[in-house]
Amino acid sequence: MPLNKSKKKTPMPAQKPEVRRRNFNEVALGYTEEDAVNEAQRCLQCKKPGCVQGCPVQVQIPQFIKRIAERDFDGAIKVIKETNSLPAVCGRVCPQEEQCEQRCVVGKMGEPVGIGRLERFAADWERAKGVQVPDLPTKLGKKVAVIGSGPASLTCAGDLAKLGYDVTVFEAFHKPGGVLIYGIPEFRLPKAIVQEEVEFIKKLGVEVRTDMVMGKVLTVDDLFDMGYEAVFIGTGAGLPKFMGIPGENYLGVYSANEFLTRINLMKAYSFPETDTPIKVGKKVAVVGGGNVAMDSARSALRMGADEVHIVYRRSEEEMPARQEEFENAREEGIIFDFLTNPVQIIGDEKGWVKGMECIRMELGEPDASGRRRPVPVKGSEFTMDVDTVVIAIGTGPNPLLIKATEGLELTKHGYIAADENGKTSREGVWAGGDIVTGAATVILAMGAGKKAAKSIHEYLQSKK
Amino acid sequence: MFKILEKRDLAPSIKLFVMDAPLVAKKARPGQFVIIRIKEGGERIPLTIADYDAEKGTVTVVFQEVGKTTRELGTLKAGDFIQDFVGPLGVPVEFPHHKKVLGVGGGLGVAPLYPKLKMLHEQGVEVVSIIGAKTADMLIFEDEMKAVSDRLYVCTDDGSKGRHGFVTVVLKELLEQGEKFDEIIIIGPPILMKIGAEITRPYGIPTMVSLNPIMVDGTGMCGGCRVSVGGEIKFACVDGPAFDGHKVDFDELMKRLATYRDEEKTSLDRFQETHECKLTGQMKGANENAVK
Repeated sequence: MPLNKSKKKTPMPAQKPEVRRRNFNEVALGYTEEDAVNEAQRCLQCKKPGCVQGCPVQVQIPQFIKRIAERDFDGAIKVIKETNSLPAVCGRVCPQEEQCEQRCVVGKMGEPVGIGRLERFAADWERAKGVQVPDLPTKLGKKVAVIGSGPASLTCAGDLAKLGYDVTVFEAFHKPGGVLIYGIPEFRLPKAIVQEEVEFIKKLGVEVRTDMVMGKVLTVDDLFDMGYEAVFIGTGAGLPKFMGIPGENYLGVYSANEFLTRINLMKAYSFPETDTPIKVGKKVAVVGGGNVAMDSARSALRMGADEVHIVYRRSEEEMPARQEEFENAREEGIIFDFLTNPVQIIGDEKGWVKGMECIRMELGEPDASGRRRPVPVKGSEFTMDVDTVVIAIGTGPNPLLIKATEGLELTKHGYIAADENGKTSREGVWAGGDIVTGAATVILAMGAGKKAAKSIHEYLQSKK
Repeated sequence: MFKILEKRDLAPSIKLFVMDAPLVAKKARPGQFVIIRIKEGGERIPLTIADYDAEKGTVTVVFQEVGKTTRELGTLKAGDFIQDFVGPLGVPVEFPHHKKVLGVGGGLGVAPLYPKLKMLHEQGVEVVSIIGAKTADMLIFEDEMKAVSDRLYVCTDDGSKGRHGFVTVVLKELLEQGEKFDEIIIIGPPILMKIGAEITRPYGIPTMVSLNPIMVDGTGMCGGCRVSVGGEIKFACVDGPAFDGHKVDFDELMKRLATYRDEEKTSLDRFQETHECKLTGQMKGANENAVK
């Protein structure tokens, strides 16, 4: 096949910043067939591909890219789906720069091959013409319960269904998808795509039951009583953290979880067409520097805010958000206040936010995480005039199910202790994704779901 | 989808549904609530569990038509379905060693008060209760409360039934007369719970209130329902909704409840314009009856 020797990735069309900053439509528009073939021709088809090692679910990257280069798009998606059940999601939200693309040989001399973009292209191409369901094995007559319906759970459920298990997914919300549906905004990951990915999992024979708050309506013990022989817990890290500073209960202060749930899951941007309201003021401060902070800030802008600040206590270098999202946010006009930390939130007589007192920070010695610890600069306090504050400083494990499950060993941070295969201290119970690792990435959660499915299969095979 | 098995009008604008929800019924305990969503595009709102029957698989909820969603809910009939009915949520209440308890319920608050007193009554605890409403026809659960109370006081703000005045007046009298209780449960509008808790404070009697902040998910993942209790942030949906009334910051709760007042009005006005035109005649009739 012909080789494309360009040092740069084939560009992907995108909405212009001045247009997209006021709508919730997807920012990146995806490759055309020509773009995809052109980009696929940049792949050197390494014999020992580093990119595959960089992928937590080991998609056979050179193989699928070769098929795209040969215009065999059917073949490409088939290769991807052997190991990845959610390619349209992963192609969009994976931090490829830290995973597959980081290990790409082409990237040593220029930009790496656009693996994520190509995966997305293949998945979108298949979706456009209707998703094929693979041939399924005969049922084994064994039931497995999966708690939660985020990326870890959907992957685990999909893999087990492909092996012939009867899988039921129990989801607390009214829609499955976890963070893909309530957290990541429409402009990065259209909800229709998440729904289609869930439909695919259902077509594999997985039953999805919504409105099931596990630990309340059913416990893990109930599931074993109901005949489930193994349980996978993929409930994520959904407990919002607050800063513990004065004024956090003023009106107009949101956790990022609440802010994004109202907007994404409840579609508050369509109020009053939809019933869930949200209040976004003219000047918004988002506290934090991760992807959730970027998503919140960009959502606030799209809700009509005049000015949106990201207030982050470290500097640009330490920011955990994806480079691409940081750049997108900056292009859209988000203002970054680095080395700045809130001290208190100030309210008016009716209890509404009217300002936020902050202090300047400087970087000191590296801390346990290896990042330089921010230290307040004495006497540098100042007040920002803001009328909405969104707190995006991280999340913890939601205790609902954990509290209701006996014999489950936890880590010192309250997450579920599990081995590398997801096995917990309790027989027949696996866990994976953010509920084990703390808030991480979609693809790592998928990798954990995949390993757990394999381990559950081995366990149930040896049981009979 | 969850089926409405029975609908009853308890008072003007206060309605009761018996829902078919076997899994919720099996686990429900006094003090818990559900989150419902009527349909696609609808909002999630918390409703009190007023009763449940594990054998029949039913859960009884009571609501007052105060805004768009409750108004729309009120238009549904027995045999209709709602999209989502999630629960049981919140921490069940327990009263392990009590001998005598006083329950105080105002308005819609009588509904969540009832299952707690019913449980106490079944445990052989002496139950005294005070219930009240604005007017006689707004009183709910009078017969039910009578059945689980050793003594029941009824009050109305306008004197149209029972004692003339607020439930807190009777509460104050009982305490001034030296009557002793192991615990007092006060449920109703925040202002009633605030005043009630101030009345019991000097007597040092444990006072439980049940809070009703704005909620979204009801499972502890957003913190929209956060309240200050004893100076700490608590999430009412997972740490409550029952709390020590002497530690709750009611002023903050009341302010936070007003967050979406403008949006709530927009939503209701829009609903009335588009959905209630046909019903206008009927509603006028109802209002006239209410006046009589």
